[in-house]
Parts: sequence; structure tokens; C-alpha cells
Amino acid sequence: MKNYLLQLADNALILGHRLGEWCGHAPEMELDIALTNIALDLTGQARSLYQRVGELEGASSDGVSKTEDDYAYLRDVWEFRNVLLVEQPNGDFAQTIVRQFIFDSYHFYMCRALTQSTDEWLSGFAEKSLKEITYHLRFSSEWMQRLGDGTEVSHAKMQTAIESLWTYSGELITPNEIEKELASQGIGVDLNKIKPEVTAKISEVLAASNLTAPEGIWMQKGGKDGRHSEHLGYILAEMQFLQRAYPGQAW
Amino acid sequence: MTSLNLEALFQSKIDEEIKIEPKDWMPDAYRKTLIRQISQHAHSEIVGMLPEGNWITRAPSLRRKLILLAKVQDEAGHGLYLYSAAETLGANRDDLVQQLLAGKAKYSSIFNYPTLNWADLGAIGWLVDGAAIMNQVMLTRTSYGPYARAMVRICKEESFHQRQGYEIMIAMANGSPEQKAMAQDSLNRWWWPSLMMFGPHDSESTHSDQAMKWKIKRKSNDELRQQFVDVTVPQAEYLGLTIPDTKLRWNEARGHYDFGEIDWEEFWSVVKGNGPCNKQRLKARIKAYEDGAWVREAAVAHAAKKEQDKLPESSAKAA
Ligand SMILES: [Fe+2]
Ligand SMILES: [Fe+2]
Repeated sequence: MKNYLLQLADNALILGHRLGEWCGHAPEMELDIALTNIALDLTGQARSLYQRVGELEGASSDGVSKTEDDYAYLRDVWEFRNVLLVEQPNGDFAQTIVRQFIFDSYHFYMCRALTQSTDEWLSGFAEKSLKEITYHLRFSSEWMQRLGDGTEVSHAKMQTAIESLWTYSGELITPNEIEKELASQGIGVDLNKIKPEVTAKISEVLAASNLTAPEGIWMQKGGKDGRHSEHLGYILAEMQFLQRAYPGQAW
Repeated sequence: MTSLNLEALFQSKIDEEIKIEPKDWMPDAYRKTLIRQISQHAHSEIVGMLPEGNWITRAPSLRRKLILLAKVQDEAGHGLYLYSAAETLGANRDDLVQQLLAGKAKYSSIFNYPTLNWADLGAIGWLVDGAAIMNQVMLTRTSYGPYARAMVRICKEESFHQRQGYEIMIAMANGSPEQKAMAQDSLNRWWWPSLMMFGPHDSESTHSDQAMKWKIKRKSNDELRQQFVDVTVPQAEYLGLTIPDTKLRWNEARGHYDFGEIDWEEFWSVVKGNGPCNKQRLKARIKAYEDGAWVREAAVAHAAKKEQDKLPESSAKAA
């Protein structure tokens, strides 16, 4: 259970972090606001999940329980369980939108299914997050269409982005051992069940955006089990700098 | 009505505290002054996202990260309201942005200083948002209606920012010796630039007299600066930090703090573009604008296609 929650939390934290990198540098002010909104939602979701993990873990022998920040700031690369997709660099705005759209398509159907979890906390959490994620998916789908079916330049950039990120799309809907076990208990989402919905949504939006998914692409995976791309180390080096340089301080 | 009468009527409205609205007659110079001031203010909000945005990825806790993201987002919102307020005067947002990018428009010099340690995020909220509030509270009563109303909304958020900044300072000033050192270092660097935010001395200020007569401004630069020093000194004392000014002392007779002279050479050199980050700030805005051009163009092209689809003739059959 703990590791399942960490998978969900780490996805939200790392993608939120990447989106935060845009703040002040987006193509227009309205987009600064929109991307920051999504970053805020995701970081907020990560906090709730880490807090829940802390509660479930309970106090250690010295009577201290872990805080949300212990999970975010004091774990190393191999302990993070996010998918490879979310740690990929922002690239240009096309890369960011394609990354967001692929993630949102998974996130939305996963979260909707999670509202049926037998775990009351998780179903409540999913209920609350679903509203936010519905907006994220609408935002990224709209931008897929604007850019995919905008100008020749934007179309080319989007097609390039899809080709470079497609390799990370499979991991989202391929269950690892933890996900299989929790799905069998009715706590977690059965990814095999939502897979048709996720792929249908992606195909529908790609078609509407005049974009094509590449075929015969090898799907990378491993993030959920702590085997990451080289990018995550740099994200953590930056994110964790103060907590690591000045351990145990209140900020 | 002759222009003389119009002008007299305009001034009498101002004197009677009646707000000037977009459709009302106003002197050209009033309109120009407002467009200049409001757009500078808008640019400051947008450029102001950069020094704080610099620490979003390094915020030391999830709570601080959320607060910082929300704050920088608020500043983008302020920029948007202000550009819209300028548009009510007949200006165009894109033209105004072009002037900024071309280096022709000014923005608050304070954002040309770097953020070097985490306490800077506290100091900016406390001092920079604090100084901005002094100015903006005055502007909630400015004579131009849309500007005054935008300020009411913005001021609420700015006081939130100031409280959050001060809260960071409290945490740092009461933290480890290293944290306390960061807090002091940060105050040392931000104190004087914050006082400079109020602009030149009244005697040197070129736009002041007319702006006061038109009630665009309602307090002079020096008055506002004094007010800022008076409220901020006790806050620094509460933190146990030392304001870097040996001349600072309470003057019983005046009922105000006396303080040292600003380094006006530094002030003018930053205004002229030679501050530590003038070049970097502008470069970051230009890069965002240029890198984003294809995105904006695509959005326009896509909207045009959608519009086209809605037309009855073209929607039915292309074949
Ligand atoms: Fe602001
Ligand atoms: Fe602010």
C-alpha cells in the first residue's frame, strides 16, 4: 500500500516540479497562469499522498513519524517510484504539452477508477483530485489540437514531440507487481481495465489534432520500480538542495 | 465645449473625488501619464516573476513551494489586470510588451537584483511587496477608475504576499545560525534597493507635481518612503536583524525614524540598465516571447480554422 501511494505521489510531485520550471517563461502570460495551476494541483495531491503514507507508516521506534517533506526531500533516485514520462525535460512547449496530455489521459481514467477503491481514504482522495484532473485533461487536449492542427511549424514540433515521448507512454498502463497486487485487493486500479479507455482517448485526440502515433516503438519502463532515466538525479539535486545542505531545519 | 472648459470640468471632477472613467474626456497628457505608469506597473509584475521564480525548483518544503508557486502566479495575474487597465485607455497589450522587450519601457528596478539565498524570498515578500503595498494602497484612491479598482484587488493579494514573506523571515531569523546569517545577508542586500523603490527625492522627481494635481499620485515619494521606514524598522527589530544603516534612529521631535542617504549613483545606474540583472531579466522575457511565438501563432491559426468551420458555406462539404 505504501509503495502504491508513493508511486502516485511521486508522479504528481515530479510532474508538478517540471511544470514549475516554466513559471515566468511560458509562451504567454495566460499560459504561465494555467501551467502554474496544474503544478499547484499536482503538488497539492503529492502532499496529501505523502501525508497519508506518513500516517500509515506510523511512528518509528524513536516516536517520530515521517513528514511529507521527508518523502519528497530525503529519498534518493532509486527510492522514487514515478514513471519515466514525468521526469522527462520540458523541452519546447510541444514536448511539455504532449507529456502532459499523455499523463493526463492516464491520470484521468486511473483517478476515475480509483474513486471505486475499497480503501475509503483513497476513494475520497480520488474524488477530490478528479475535478482537478478533469480540468488538466481538458487543457492539454485543447492545446494538443491547437498546436497539432495550428500551423505547419507547430504541427511539425508536435509530431516530433510525440515521436520522442511515445516510448514512455506504455509504462503508465502496464502494471508492476505492486499495482497487480493492489488491484487484486480492490484497493488499486486495474490498469488492464482502464487501458482501452486511455488508448481510445489518446487516439481520439491525436486524430482530432491531425497527429499520428508512431508504430513499433519499444516501450521503456522501470520508473515505478525505482529504475529511472538520468534526468531524475538532477531534479532531486536541485529540489533537495536546501534540505540536504542544512539538514533538520525548519523553513 | 472648448478644450479649456473640458479641462476645467475634468479638474473639477478630480477635485470633487469623482473617478475618471474610460469614456470620459481627459487631457492627452493625463492619458499618456496613466498609460506609462500602468504599463510600467504591469511590466514590473511580469518581470517580478523572475527573481522569485528562480527559487521555485529549490523551495525547501512542499508547503513553501506551493505558497511560492501561488505567489508568482498571482503576479502574472496582476500583470494581466494591469495590462487590461491600460487597454481601457486605448493602449494595446502587445505594443506595451514590445516596448518592454525593446528596452524602451521601464519597470521597477528592484527586480534587477538577484535572489541568492532562500531568505531572499522572505525579504522580497516582506520588503518589496511591503514597499509596493505602501504605493498601491495610495493608488486604490487614484483618480482613474479602472486603475483604482485593479489596485483594490491587487492590494489584497499583495498583503498576503507580505505576510508570507515575513513568515519566512521569522522562520529564518529564529532558525539555525546559518539560517540567521542568510536572513541578515538578505536584509543587507534588499534594504537599500527597497527604499529606492519609492523613486527619487520629491525635489528631483520630474512627474510628481502634475501627477499630484491630477490625483494619480496622492502622496509624494519621500512621504511614502518615510512611512515605509517607520513601519518596517520595528519589524526588523522583532526579527532580531540589523538594518544596514548606521544613521537610522528614532527622532522623537519628528515622530519618525531618521535614516541615511540612498546611494543615488546606484539608483540611477540601475535605472539606466546597469544593475546586476537588468540584462538577464530582459533576456529572459525576450526568450520567453520569441520561443513562444510559434505557440501563439498556432493558437491564432487554429482559432481561425475553427471560425472558418462555423461558417455555413464551408462547413458542409469540402469535396
Ligand atoms: Fe503584484
Ligand atoms: Fe506581490
